[in-house]
Amino acid sequence: MGFFDTWFITPFSEILTAPIFFFEVVLGGLMAGVMYSMVALGFVLIFKASGVFNFSQGIMVLFAALTLVGQLERGVPLWAALPITIAVMVALAYGIERLVLRPLVNQEPLTLLMATIGLTFFLEGLGEFMWGSNVKRLDLGIPDDSFEFAGMLLNSFELFAALTAAVLVALLAVLSQKTAIGRALRAVADDHQAATAVGIPLQTIWVTVWSVAGLVALVAGIMWGSKSGVQFSLSLIALKALPVLILGGITSIPGAIVGGLIIGVGEKIGEVYWGPAFGGAIENWFAYVLAMVVLFFRPHGLFGEEIIERV
Amino acid sequence: MLYRETGQFKTSYRRDQAIFPIVQDRWCVALVLVAAYGIVPALANEYWLQAVLIPFLVYALAAIGLNLLTGYTGQLSLGTGGFMAVGAYAAYKLTTAAPDLNIVIVFLFAGLMAAAVGLVFGLPSLRIKGLYLAVATLAAQFFLIWLFNRVAWFYNYNPSGTITAPPRTLLGIMVTGPEATAVVRYLMVLSFVVVFALIAKNLVRSEIGRTWMAIRDMDVAAEIIGIRPLTTKLSAFAVSSFYCGVAGALMLFIYLGSVETLAFDITVSFEVLFMVIIGGLGSILGSIVGAAFITILPIFLTNAPHLVGLEMPVDLAKELEAIVFGGFIIAFLILEPSGLARLWQIGKEKLRRWPFPY
Repeated sequence: MGFFDTWFITPFSEILTAPIFFFEVVLGGLMAGVMYSMVALGFVLIFKASGVFNFSQGIMVLFAALTLVGQLERGVPLWAALPITIAVMVALAYGIERLVLRPLVNQEPLTLLMATIGLTFFLEGLGEFMWGSNVKRLDLGIPDDSFEFAGMLLNSFELFAALTAAVLVALLAVLSQKTAIGRALRAVADDHQAATAVGIPLQTIWVTVWSVAGLVALVAGIMWGSKSGVQFSLSLIALKALPVLILGGITSIPGAIVGGLIIGVGEKIGEVYWGPAFGGAIENWFAYVLAMVVLFFRPHGLFGEEIIERV
Repeated sequence: MLYRETGQFKTSYRRDQAIFPIVQDRWCVALVLVAAYGIVPALANEYWLQAVLIPFLVYALAAIGLNLLTGYTGQLSLGTGGFMAVGAYAAYKLTTAAPDLNIVIVFLFAGLMAAAVGLVFGLPSLRIKGLYLAVATLAAQFFLIWLFNRVAWFYNYNPSGTITAPPRTLLGIMVTGPEATAVVRYLMVLSFVVVFALIAKNLVRSEIGRTWMAIRDMDVAAEIIGIRPLTTKLSAFAVSSFYCGVAGALMLFIYLGSVETLAFDITVSFEVLFMVIIGGLGSILGSIVGAAFITILPIFLTNAPHLVGLEMPVDLAKELEAIVFGGFIIAFLILEPSGLARLWQIGKEKLRRWPFPY
């Protein structure tokens, strides 16, 4: 009966006896999920516009954070370092478009995926070469203390991160729905050939999209970096963004957000309540298994486009 | 003049269906085998065998396995490292439980265990495709590594959490463990690669290989002409994982001698995928050449500064190595997206026409 107990009785009784703690766990999960969503957003933007599954998004997060911290360490004030970092990310987008994407136009998706993994090695080396490989602290003066709200313990930093993410998503939504660039982006995402036929410059759009993804990476990098320090393991959160991505559907921006929240909450609840049944540390793979289970029922993710195949 | 099939008439069906129908190809293969078995062990020193040739051969076997799945059946997998870990741990458990069992049988059993695990993680491939499947196979990678870290039974409850290959003999010669000489271990892994490459070559030109390729080219169409997606995709997963499992066992017993789960983490999966793509999807020869390229390139990059007389601090060299490696990969994909096997194909065409331009 011990097995049955640890799996089906104890977790639920724990939830019922301490509902406030349960809500805390859920909120903590939501906050973590917001961070995953921010990384996943960068993936979705690039995938929609150029059909490239950009594996280097994670390293772009690290690279952006490293560039910012490296400058701060050398005494550059924040108001100067931030624009410089943004400029670096835009230049990087331009370089990637010129040197990697353009020669590889019309190649298999798998080849493009491999090229971005190559890019990962390159950026990893370059970032550490320029700024050193030691762990750096990023402190932008965001308050990081806990306070009580309605009986629950909340963390002001996580709240700040969630707000930033919300603002970012709102900005992206405005950008894609209300501006000329946004319309062009959506046109390219819909159909490359039709978009070029009506005179949308594909190359400019790619540079734009990679720049925007770079900026999203910068925001994510600042958030993660001030939470846990700027170090190599930051690039590993990209791997966490993958299940988020396929859970929500690779082509859907709302999917990336909802997927991130689901993974965040699921991971925390799983770890806190069912972790003991597995012997702990299940956070490493729980997200993947969760995503895999969802894929069994919805093969294109929750919000992804259904691909209709014809012979 | 040297390489052409003109005048080589095939007078029987057997001749027509030979693996290497052209005489020069047969000579080439024979020469390579003689060199690998006879000349290399005599010339190579301990360093070359241990640091270059043995890892190259182990990875070549894993790359052949992944190529069967990704190159021939079109199912993208990032779980290679996990399946190799299954092979390593299965071999370790079996040989510590039954020390008298022939080591070759242990390796084959390790492959079978990996195949069984591969079957389970191949199930999603019936519903999901492409990149979605790739991420689903990551679940295998992370779950398996976590499992081998967490459950002490797998490493026989030893406190360090590492597994060490015990010494085993084959035909009275020590083949594993610290006392086995590099030459013996090299010959052992070479034999495995030769036999399994031959089996793979035959698999892909038999019925099962043709059904794999039909599924790869268009699964809906293949289903309509009567190919079962269930058995075809799962058999590809099983065979591929078998190869990876054997490679994992060889990695523990022949190459590293003692491993933690770290030896099979996600970077191994990426490395093997690199080998398959650089070598050429859908080519057995390509897997082997790709494995050679990816194992030798970092060694070359590490030693290159010394060769030209440049001395630099270790961490700087490491960073530059990553930059150059990434740059090489991208440049290679741009120059020859179909891989090294395609270069070989082009070379063969050129040789056929030589000395005429067309």
